[in-house]
Amino acid sequence: MDKTVANLATAVAGIGDGMTVMIGGFGGAGSPIELIHALIDRFLATGHPKDLTVINNNAGNGHVGLAALIEAGMVRKLICSFPRSADPVVFTDLYLAGKIELELVPQGTLAERIRAGGAGIPAFYTPTSYGTDLARGKPVAEFDGRPYVQERWLKADVALVKAEVADSQGNLTYRAAARNFNPLMCMAAAETVVQASRVVPAGGIDPEAVITPGIFVQKVVEVADAQQEEDLNRANAVYPGVA
Amino acid sequence: MAAKLTNNQIAWRAAQDIHDGAYVNLGIGFPEKVAQYQPPGREAIFHTENGILNFGEAPPSGDEDWDLINAGKRAVTLKPGSAFFHHADSFAMVRGGHLDVAILGAYEVAENGDLANWSTGPKGVPAVGGAMDLIHGAKRVAVITDHVTKDGRPKLLKRCTLPLTGVGCVTRIYTSLAVIDIEGGRFILREKLPALSFDEVQAVTGAELHIAGTVADLIVPEL
Repeated sequence: MDKTVANLATAVAGIGDGMTVMIGGFGGAGSPIELIHALIDRFLATGHPKDLTVINNNAGNGHVGLAALIEAGMVRKLICSFPRSADPVVFTDLYLAGKIELELVPQGTLAERIRAGGAGIPAFYTPTSYGTDLARGKPVAEFDGRPYVQERWLKADVALVKAEVADSQGNLTYRAAARNFNPLMCMAAAETVVQASRVVPAGGIDPEAVITPGIFVQKVVEVADAQQEEDLNRANAVYPGVA
Repeated sequence: MAAKLTNNQIAWRAAQDIHDGAYVNLGIGFPEKVAQYQPPGREAIFHTENGILNFGEAPPSGDEDWDLINAGKRAVTLKPGSAFFHHADSFAMVRGGHLDVAILGAYEVAENGDLANWSTGPKGVPAVGGAMDLIHGAKRVAVITDHVTKDGRPKLLKRCTLPLTGVGCVTRIYTSLAVIDIEGGRFILREKLPALSFDEVQAVTGAELHIAGTVADLIVPEL
């Protein structure tokens, strides 16, 4: 079995109009910038994919990566916990103009909804958001004398994920706090597409060190010199063609 | 109003209540300052939502590793004995009751322990992050804040007017003027700046202050 694909364009070829796409990362850490940019390239060349629902912790920063995907006009709805950043102007302007939909989810609930989606648990109860505006319309139940809010799983058509090392079977390791949502999203998508800084043959990762087992991964592409969103933003980079 | 504590001094006071070995989450922004003022001989272990336990202060400018950031997206360093984990484990630590203390900022705190710190209303872009999770999980939820808003209105109220982060969750408030506990739906004044009378603190507080036992002097170093 070999899950590696030759290039970024092939890696993101399965994403179509109207799909739900999970994008890993927390801010710039663990953000699969090159996969996102490959998706933008396809949109700029063909007009597709569009009307995407994107699930990420944030709403992008500056004019690269997720922010550029939004700026290109490819995103209809964003599901996230914290749509603010050092430079959130792309999302903020579209949101205040009513041109992009936002589903705001507390961060731990977002993580658990994604985990539940991957684990086959359609709903769960959490104390988080009880008594707040974010619990509106959701069932509440009492367990051992305390109220809890029912939350539903989140699943996606495709997850775009950044890993440190991948083997050809899709086993993954991550680097430092770039792990964040990535392992959860691998589990919750019908097709998980991974960009890894290094791709090794099967057996190249110690099984004790595997964080995401390959069963959760469908495609792997090597991006040896992956860019950091923070570095791009400090250089005031703008992804070409989107602004 | 006479002198009040600086943000550094409020953070210092909050840090004095964190015991050695405590697992602590500090909200982004102002609460992050608390880490700088741990008393000598005590070492808390700091948790950040994005998947690090036992991180340390920021690296020198130019040495940042952007895969090593805290929840505020600021670069941090690692201390011996640190650990990485994914977001579901991170919030299992939070909601599962494994954190000893969470210290958060506030727009408003009510005498019933309600906290509002994520939304200033329908204008602008709402953002909640991990605040709603943190206030349910930590064994102790404290707030650090100026006693009043920038235009002088009380932030400690009978009931919050802004959208809630959580109900009945806050147990202690460290302000620029006082240390106040919330017990039985009431504000209990524990410490106040010695230069202020009870009435002066009450005058800038939007709900009744109560006294249980003595009110200690709130004394902090110059910072």
